[in-house]
Amino acid sequence: MGAGARKIADNDHAYLRIENLSKVYATRDGEVRALNNISFTQRRGEFISHVGPSGCGKSTLLMIAAGLIPPSSGAVRVGGRTVDRPRTEIGIVFQSPVLLDWRTALGNIMLQAEARKMNRKEAAARARELLAAVGLGGFEERFPHELSGGMRQRVSICRALIHNPDHLLMDEPFGALDALTRDQLVLDLQALVSERRMTVLFITHSIAEAVFLSDRVIVMTPRPGSIDRIIDIKLPRPRTLAMRETPEFAEYSRQILELFLARGVLREHRTGAEKEYDNDRSSGFARLRNTAG
Amino acid sequence: MTEAADSPAFATPQGEPSIGDLEAGVQQRRRRRLRRERIGSLAYPIGMMVAVLVVWEAAARLFSIPPYLLPAPSAIVLSMDSNSAVLIKESMGTTFEILLGFAFSVVVGVPLALAIYLWRPFARAVYPLLVSSQAVPKVAVAPLFLVWFGFGLMPKVLIAFLIAFFPVVINTAMGLAALEREKIYLARSMGLGPFATFFKIQLPNAMPSIFAGLKISITFAVVGAVVGEFVGGQGGLGYLLLIANGNMDTALLFAGIVALTVLGVVLFLLIGLVERMVLPPHAVEHASFGSESM
Repeated sequence: MGAGARKIADNDHAYLRIENLSKVYATRDGEVRALNNISFTQRRGEFISHVGPSGCGKSTLLMIAAGLIPPSSGAVRVGGRTVDRPRTEIGIVFQSPVLLDWRTALGNIMLQAEARKMNRKEAAARARELLAAVGLGGFEERFPHELSGGMRQRVSICRALIHNPDHLLMDEPFGALDALTRDQLVLDLQALVSERRMTVLFITHSIAEAVFLSDRVIVMTPRPGSIDRIIDIKLPRPRTLAMRETPEFAEYSRQILELFLARGVLREHRTGAEKEYDNDRSSGFARLRNTAG
Repeated sequence: MTEAADSPAFATPQGEPSIGDLEAGVQQRRRRRLRRERIGSLAYPIGMMVAVLVVWEAAARLFSIPPYLLPAPSAIVLSMDSNSAVLIKESMGTTFEILLGFAFSVVVGVPLALAIYLWRPFARAVYPLLVSSQAVPKVAVAPLFLVWFGFGLMPKVLIAFLIAFFPVVINTAMGLAALEREKIYLARSMGLGPFATFFKIQLPNAMPSIFAGLKISITFAVVGAVVGEFVGGQGGLGYLLLIANGNMDTALLFAGIVALTVLGVVLFLLIGLVERMVLPPHAVEHASFGSESM
């Protein structure tokens, strides 16, 4: 549907342009973190992931791209215009669901509709559709405390999609979920996003997630965070769980992993590295890093 | 016939029960235990109270304690009965003072908390003073109010207000400040203005904390009103206590205390009722539930 409206998605013009972006800021415990001279562009309809170690500033990068935090230098441009205030044409998903506990699942999604003065009836119908699409049909009137962590995050994804945003920004949206729930949500997200040919900027520290979902993966260095390499993922779509076991997929994962090993993000204690990197990801990495101590 | 024997639930009457039976059993036991706990949470304190009253009554009679020292519960009940008209009338007066004092606490406290939250210099100027002012014993200020405002309604309401407004201010300010940054980011990305953000997100977010403050506040207001009546009263339960004390009518004194207690509890429960109507049920239980660390 709407093939004409979606034509723009196919042209090669950059939609988002990040230009020489740097950011230095102090965290609460006095530590200074930084993003160092980041530049990349994103086309319409493109799914870009940022992978990198914790503290490399990738979440900050996303917030700057959303216009929520000003950069120290450099610029974010969207459709040629410099971003100097919070962008409102976006949908945003945080690591925690950020639901309002006094609103039901439906009510939480409708907050977006209310803020944008959308037609209530149409918005509610669409919200129900979205909930059904992520397997939450029948949970419309549940309050957040009655939902599991995965369900809550699904609601927050629906909230980010109800207004058909031009740009979907996701900050480690599945970071707090268990492995199975993550797999399901990754599949759900792929379905939602490819159906609408959405432009997505996705932050993760899971290599598998990044490779699975993305058209391009931007690998970040440890702090100060800068772009290490941009990897094109040329796997056919739609991607399936079985694809994760293919040599192509493994090759992409290996490329990223090698970058991490080269930068000291990961350190191995014995040979036979192949065994260490199965698709299972952040928790595995955390374990590795802890033992590396 | 043999088919009937094969039906799953009764297949092995002597053998292992099915998982369904086990689940049903556990469910039933759980329900029973919950009910027992619910009944127990009422029965135990009531039983304890009855026991205390019985011992008290027995002691008063057995050792013939003089009634001006410690009247028996039965004597207190009798006194309450014979003085019921006075007790009700004075309760009304005191309730009026409490509610006025409480209302002022809310009307002044919430906007003050808002100003403290929104306006940094104001917060830095006022907050330390506000906190240290709590070290001043309010009872000590009561005679001053008598000099300034005379013996009427005003000084009682003011004392009630003075004691009761502090928890409203503190809890409201805390509730407003407890908004996670992500919620503000979310609001901005939705194009929600500051006004709408406040009423749609921030204020409801602070509600459980505000209600916690209101509950403390109403009990403080009761204390304030009684103190006011002690110092310069011409009526009210506090005044009644003074009179009863002067007349060595200790039974009436106890009756007054009971009336005050009931009044305090009823007002507290009323706030709780409003809370239940305003907030979704779970928010009441988790009133002090913090947000996840960010």
